[in-house]
Amino acid sequence: MLENILLTIATAATPLLLAAIGELVVERSGVLNLGVEGIMIMGAVTGFAVSLSTGNPWLGLIAATIAGALFSQLFAFLVITIATNQVATGLSLTLLGIGLSGMIGESFVGQPGVKLPTLDIPILSDLPVVGKLLFAQDPLFYLSIVLVFAVMWFLFRTRTGLTLRSIGDNHTSAHALGISVHKYRYFAVMFGGACGGMAGAHLTLVYTSQWIENMSAGRGWIALALVVFASWRPLRVLLGAYLFGAITIVQLHIQATNLRDLESLPAPLYWLAEIVKSIPSQFLSSLPYLATILVLVIISSNRRLTLINTPASLGRPFVPDR
Amino acid sequence: MRGEPAGDIPVQHSGNMAETGLDGAGKTGGGSATPMLEVRDIVKTFGPLTANDHVSLAIGEGEIHALLGENGAGKSTLVKMLYGSLQPDSGDIVWRGEKVSITSPSQARRIGIGMVFQHFSLFESLSVADNILLSLEPDLAKGNIAEKARQLSEDYGLPLNPHSIIGDLSVGERQRVEIVRCLLQNPDLIILDEPTSVLTPQEADNLFVTLERLKSEGKSILYISHRLEEVKRLCDRATILRHGKVVGECDPRQETAASLASLMVGSSVDEIRKEAADTSGKEALLTLNGIDLPASSPFAVALSGITLDVRAGEVIGVAGVAGNGQSEFFRVVSGEETLRDANAILIRGQPAANLGINQRRRMGAAFVPEERLGHGAVPEMPLTGNLLLSRHSSDRAAFVGLGPIGLVRTDIIRDASARVSEEMDVRKSGADPDAGSLSGGNLQKFIMGRELDRQPSVIVVNQPTWGVDAGAAARIRQALIDLARSGSAVLVISQDLDEIFEISDSIVVMHDGYMSARVPISEATYEKIGLLMGGANPGHEMPEMPDTAHHGGVA
Amino acid sequence: MRIELVKRSQHSTFFALASPFIAFALTLIAGAILFAAIGKSPLTGLYLYFVEPLTQLWSVHELAVKAGPLIMIAVGLSVCYRSNNWNIGAEGQFIAGAILGSAIPILMPGFQNFLTLPLMLLLAMAGGALYAGIPAYLKARFNANEILTSLMLVYVAQLFLDWLVRGPWRNPQGYSFPGSIRFPDAATLPEIFPSQGAAHYGFVLALIAAIAVWFFLSRTLKGFEVRVLGASPRAGRFAGFSTKGMIFLSFMLSGALAGLAGIAEVSGAIGQLREVISPGYGFTAIIVAFLGRLNPLGAIVAGLLLALTYLGGEAAQISLGISDKVVRVFQGMLLFFVLACDTLIHYRVRFVTAISGEARNA
Repeated sequence: MLENILLTIATAATPLLLAAIGELVVERSGVLNLGVEGIMIMGAVTGFAVSLSTGNPWLGLIAATIAGALFSQLFAFLVITIATNQVATGLSLTLLGIGLSGMIGESFVGQPGVKLPTLDIPILSDLPVVGKLLFAQDPLFYLSIVLVFAVMWFLFRTRTGLTLRSIGDNHTSAHALGISVHKYRYFAVMFGGACGGMAGAHLTLVYTSQWIENMSAGRGWIALALVVFASWRPLRVLLGAYLFGAITIVQLHIQATNLRDLESLPAPLYWLAEIVKSIPSQFLSSLPYLATILVLVIISSNRRLTLINTPASLGRPFVPDR
Repeated sequence: MRGEPAGDIPVQHSGNMAETGLDGAGKTGGGSATPMLEVRDIVKTFGPLTANDHVSLAIGEGEIHALLGENGAGKSTLVKMLYGSLQPDSGDIVWRGEKVSITSPSQARRIGIGMVFQHFSLFESLSVADNILLSLEPDLAKGNIAEKARQLSEDYGLPLNPHSIIGDLSVGERQRVEIVRCLLQNPDLIILDEPTSVLTPQEADNLFVTLERLKSEGKSILYISHRLEEVKRLCDRATILRHGKVVGECDPRQETAASLASLMVGSSVDEIRKEAADTSGKEALLTLNGIDLPASSPFAVALSGITLDVRAGEVIGVAGVAGNGQSEFFRVVSGEETLRDANAILIRGQPAANLGINQRRRMGAAFVPEERLGHGAVPEMPLTGNLLLSRHSSDRAAFVGLGPIGLVRTDIIRDASARVSEEMDVRKSGADPDAGSLSGGNLQKFIMGRELDRQPSVIVVNQPTWGVDAGAAARIRQALIDLARSGSAVLVISQDLDEIFEISDSIVVMHDGYMSARVPISEATYEKIGLLMGGANPGHEMPEMPDTAHHGGVA
Repeated sequence: MRIELVKRSQHSTFFALASPFIAFALTLIAGAILFAAIGKSPLTGLYLYFVEPLTQLWSVHELAVKAGPLIMIAVGLSVCYRSNNWNIGAEGQFIAGAILGSAIPILMPGFQNFLTLPLMLLLAMAGGALYAGIPAYLKARFNANEILTSLMLVYVAQLFLDWLVRGPWRNPQGYSFPGSIRFPDAATLPEIFPSQGAAHYGFVLALIAAIAVWFFLSRTLKGFEVRVLGASPRAGRFAGFSTKGMIFLSFMLSGALAGLAGIAEVSGAIGQLREVISPGYGFTAIIVAFLGRLNPLGAIVAGLLLALTYLGGEAAQISLGISDKVVRVFQGMLLFFVLACDTLIHYRVRFVTAISGEARNA
């Protein structure tokens, strides 16, 4: 059962990780995109619709990625070119995404979808214990892990990454040096959108194989919190996503477990299980949200640390000096 | 001198002048006949404003060329076009005899134009090496940048640790980064925008040595400044801009500071009238008793043991290089930040250090912060709102009615705002425009007038004339002196040493969070104050020597 | 072609007034295109959405029922956003207010007199304010991002409500359907014109709230403080205003109004506490607040307009078979256009063609 839990933790963590690593790049460029939730849900419905109508989940994944990237450009145009308030614009992207996805997905409610196959890596997947866990997962699992390291390499080992970080630090200086702030930010937002789209596709092509309205259920927002939690560092996003995945899965397992199956347990453990099972399911379901709040409080209360790590131009619109 | 101090010079004339100036440069400089850079008839407009109106100038090889002008004369606009950040509406830029269009900073760098910015274009959270790397073209950015930077900085006597984070560096060190970064691109023409405004006199001397050396290597320098003395000392030629037009070209060494100033300003600026203050026996209206304040953030400066008396009738100037604790000092003195020990600050003899800014205002104090927009005034709000901003508490009886409901009495505030504008000669469009729409000088006059209108017995002003035109600056300085002579205590924080010397009765210097003992104006010299600004510490009562190595400007 | 923004020296009074109307016009155009894209007649669609609901008295009443909570919440949010505090958890505060206000009729069904309703309203305001006080406290004390914390609390409130109406507060005679007992008359917010339609006094409360808050924001010193701290926190500190105090004031005021909207909806429109009591009023009110240009009086007009889209959505679903999900799309688009148009207030937009570098102003 433990292996099973660990397996599902990866499944719960992957969409968070994908969305968060994309948003991390966006925020490193100084843009705060609160539309992650909207992008995810658009990715989810697109992935579902395309894979259902073509029967090919890979096409669904590609379509979701493109949908996320395109949808994010709406946000990009407003906050970058028109210099609108980033908070409000991000919110409106989320509201629009929830509306559009509901409209598009209406006819898909209740239909069985197609799942992405798991990719078993030969030999490695037969290893004891870690084999199934690390090498017999869905393709987005591998991609999410690869992305974390790719983003790390990009941000801290390449000149383009350095330029991106410099824009997040001070867009006025970057502009004075002749760096195209707008171009970098458009690409950063597009990358974030593509990642958000993939994260959404994970929900309809891996996590479940159906479309439910509003099914992202705040995961986009949790991804945003994860970026803060990670102090804008890729490896910590990985850690945070799995922490949240664990909380989600453990509470789900508690909800699903039947007390009768646990009668064989030694008495103290059984009593503990009894107590845990007496907690209403709604309270267990709110654990990931409460955990998000807790994590934000712990991380943010160290003002000194937050001040050093936060990209200094985050959320501030940039209009080049005439 | 070919320029006329007043009146517009016809366009054609201006163009001819540049050409004859070029001949002159060829003769005196003895270099090649074609200038390094020539600007012909450049025009740049922003909506109704003509920022550059048929501007022409020529810079020869190995020449240090000054670009003189007041705030708003169009210097920055011209420079931005030379560096590719802006495009001219019409006119030509000629580089080594060939017409070029400079479309981006990176193209400017490729053809050999480098730039040292006034407000540094550095990235606080990145290292020196990363900052340098970002400004280099990819083909130059190969190999060990850190090592190259270290080498070059040592060659020119500008020592730097390439691995330091910019946020930890002093202003002087940051400028070094800017210069080293510019030099690494191996430019033929270096543009320096107000480079000495953030340096001590000694650091500035050091910079001049570097510039002379660059000149001797055949590099040309375009030196932008409004400081006439240093232009006279350093520059071979000067072009003077006023209201976007070239109003003169000359050899600054042949001119007096006064003749240059009248060209720059266009009319004679009123001399400041200042009789000697007699403060013997006068009471101290503002007393600072050993203020200590730990650094609040990684980039802030801690204040240590600041002690000072400001007596009725006198102006005390606080000199110092930016970033030595002046902003923290202003926050504490104004009450934006309070202290536990009430007796650390006395206003008219009453303990005030634990009181907020409005309580201190009600005790008779007034404050003017450094930043106009977003600190001293809300740019999006009209002048009436900005009047209420600092006076809603001290003038509550007049401005706010209906007791606990707190109804704002718009009509009375409008009258007060009109009175302030009248008194300080604030020029504005419309009766009550947004603060952000006023020019720097006019907004600063309004902000000063807003406080003077209350007849405060103590006033603390941070950078009273930063970025303000000469006419407004003179008016503001005179108002501060007049206020002191009428019996108030005036404390002025400024990085402009000329200003400090002009208005102060005594000078104190801030360095690394410490404050020097007061130097009476009769004993003060630029050298003496400059040494204190650099961290030297002759005979004053500080508990320990500050860490001079950290901010040391003298290499 | 490139778009460039040029800062206006003085904000444009014309666009300050016109931008919501331009945004609405653009939404209509986009809506027409959307209808055409799904194969419906654009004109019929727009008629059903924006005109049809106004042709009948009962549906004008419905309009007031839907506009009430939107206006009430948006008025509070205007204060929040003006002061630069991003409360996006009004939906949760709406629920919290509804829960606390409902405690009286559910827990004390015998307590029925003239005090019942006022007490319910007061409790609901307290509930909303306290629930909004959580993100405010976390922001003031720990610097925690209020956008994320207030939103997370929406999910928590929804789950808590779900538990209440399926568990301890479930009507024992309710055939195991989730939901509380039906409120007695003394706990019901009365209808304004019972013979004509369903509009209840919640709408009147919303209008009162809008006018009161408008007076507060535009005429009082405290309202001035809200605007200063929102525009420039440093200038606010210079004025001696407290940023932390403003966090609490703005959050708790908007929370109280959201809570009041919550009990008004439960007591006036629904009549009992259910597992779902809001079609997303708390989120739609964000759009209302922006469409009203963060002005409480503007929120009245904007709230009526957004309420119209809810009714229009129902009408279009019945007559044309258009999904009621289209409503949310409309609302989202509207907010987009509002934000884009607001740029015109502070900037001039220039279209620059790449080839010639020539620019023309718009």
